[in-house]
Amino acid sequence: MLENPPWPPQLRYPAAVSMPLPSVTLQEFIGYRRSMASIVQSPMIQAPAAQAPVVPAGRDLRLDLFRGLALWLIFLDHVPNNILAWFTIRNYGFSDATEIFIFISGYTAAFVYGRSMQERGFIVAGARILKRAWQLYVAHVFLFAIYIAEIAYVASSFENPLYVEEMNTLDFLKTPDVTIMQALLLKFKPANMDVLPLYIVLLMVFPLALWLLLRRASVALALSVALYVLAWEFGWNFEAYPSGHWYFNPLAWQLLFVFGAWCALGGAARIAPALRSPITVWLAVAYLVCSFAVTMTWYFPRLGFLIPHWLGEWMYPIDKTNLDVLRFAHFLALAALTVRFIPRTWPVLQSRWLKPAIMCGQNSLEIFCLGVFLAFAAHFVMVEFYGGPAMQVVISMAGILIMIATAWVISWYKRMEGRGSGTPKRPPDADLAGGEA
Amino acid sequence: MMNWTAVGRAVATAAIVLCSAVVRGEPAEICAVPGYLLFGDSKLDRAHAAVLKDHELRILTLGGTSSSLPGPDGPSSAYPSRLEAALTRRLPGVKVTVTTVPMPRQTAAEMAKSIDKLLIDQKPSLVVWQTGTYDAVRGTDPEEFRASVSGGVERLQEGGADVVLVNMQYSPRTESIVAVGAYADGIRWVSREREVPVFDRLAIMRHWYDQGQFDLYKATKDMKLAKSVHDCLGRALGATIIDAAQLGARHGTMPQQ
Repeated sequence: MLENPPWPPQLRYPAAVSMPLPSVTLQEFIGYRRSMASIVQSPMIQAPAAQAPVVPAGRDLRLDLFRGLALWLIFLDHVPNNILAWFTIRNYGFSDATEIFIFISGYTAAFVYGRSMQERGFIVAGARILKRAWQLYVAHVFLFAIYIAEIAYVASSFENPLYVEEMNTLDFLKTPDVTIMQALLLKFKPANMDVLPLYIVLLMVFPLALWLLLRRASVALALSVALYVLAWEFGWNFEAYPSGHWYFNPLAWQLLFVFGAWCALGGAARIAPALRSPITVWLAVAYLVCSFAVTMTWYFPRLGFLIPHWLGEWMYPIDKTNLDVLRFAHFLALAALTVRFIPRTWPVLQSRWLKPAIMCGQNSLEIFCLGVFLAFAAHFVMVEFYGGPAMQVVISMAGILIMIATAWVISWYKRMEGRGSGTPKRPPDADLAGGEA
Repeated sequence: MMNWTAVGRAVATAAIVLCSAVVRGEPAEICAVPGYLLFGDSKLDRAHAAVLKDHELRILTLGGTSSSLPGPDGPSSAYPSRLEAALTRRLPGVKVTVTTVPMPRQTAAEMAKSIDKLLIDQKPSLVVWQTGTYDAVRGTDPEEFRASVSGGVERLQEGGADVVLVNMQYSPRTESIVAVGAYADGIRWVSREREVPVFDRLAIMRHWYDQGQFDLYKATKDMKLAKSVHDCLGRALGATIIDAAQLGARHGTMPQQ
């Protein structure tokens, strides 16, 4: 099925970092070039960055790979009561696939639209970003329609004296006027449909953030941190319907997105020396081990004595809604080790075994939406037929295979379109750096 | 790169160990629950003292609709009554009374408001507080939910009662409709913070489902399934209470009675 598609796929924008533009000062441009160069450098092959900047030979496949893996993990976590969800990282530490996903999305958004903004200016790049946000919104509404269809079906066949209280959850079906309006306003967000709204909000303000990131990257990052701190301090969040707030607080999660963008635009180069230091590696390992131990005490209450009371007092609750610092740190530790031990030039990245995950990562919006849909479909199958462990395994594997096959078809279609259009220099498309969502 | 492989291997090994721990389970005896789901290290000292000194255990259960069953024999089949029966069996010579205070369609914050009055009226030595489902349905802010439960537990403790928290039911049909995870986490965190046992109904019922003991997906008007589930819940809750109040030898699983 997967016979020799050209790999790596043809790049449709010039691979070299472009010429300096009037809107960027020389210093910033050098910083940008350096950053691009040092992303390429593996920690093992340390070329002096200032001397001969290495031009990125193509997209960073690590981003695609880990985004693809994150999409699979998000799908596994969304299949109800999935025994395979025990393999996903959320069970072995504080952070989960969402952090990976948002960080890489910020990184690629800055990579693609940063170039666009330098070449074509603020207005054009901003328009492209907003167009992408609109695509995400349409995708979200489409998924919501499928969700309502599934839930309405489940509700019609749901009768069990054991679950009288849970049936209240279906009350929203009785007031479609309110429910659908609130859904269009992104206030009513059913389970598992929280990530796209977060992403839409992040993209809507990204033109401004990117503008500043390209000029004063550190200031932009500092502002992002400040917003994060203020959101924590004053409990800022967006309102949700029927009550409460957004499950992923955009005012907190923007930190991860902006941090990803900052890394793409030179930040990674700035922190590269620190990442190479053995102290960082050991700190990261120690932190991951500790968080693993803490997580185990959640599943085995008898191990609770291992956590001293003062530590629990200080540590809990670990807040996902507001991107707890412990979660952020856990992601940083994972990322630091990944960057340290998996160089960009890692030959395995070209292997056919990783290709499925990489392809999924490259078509992330489509595959993300497909994953949400497949999770609904899985729930439907489990309700209608059987939901035992064997079925969970079958459904999970089938879902991932469908995701891979779809990614392959989309890649094929994009390649074919790219060739047929006769315009080799198409404007940079978000998908080129691995898609947006 | 070697280090990375080693880390990966360690994680994979841990995953496999954990999985086998989950899959292995217990022999498919009805109601059987592995010990790690039932027993923690928080103690119920007041319940312990009440049993030893007064040979009496007064329990108050606060809960939403999922702590009751519909129909004429619903109250006597629901888990609070089954808890009373299980404890009476296992604590001979002790007068066990379980009083149920139904609080349908109330969030944790609303339930917490009635706590002071209930303590004065009932003077229980142990309060079993089931909450979380209605908050999850309403989409209460998980942090507010946690704060409400935490405050409620504090007031119960100040009022002289031990507390056992009970989380949501495992409801596979509504699993992709209402996300209960954040509220289950909130209850777990309160149980750590206030050092009270939590009866993890969610994990226990999921275990029964995974073991094939109960088909919880079933759409049926029949009360039989609901009654058996509540009977098992009552026994399991009894085992948790007896262990935490140090009123019997530890068994690892529940004794079959």
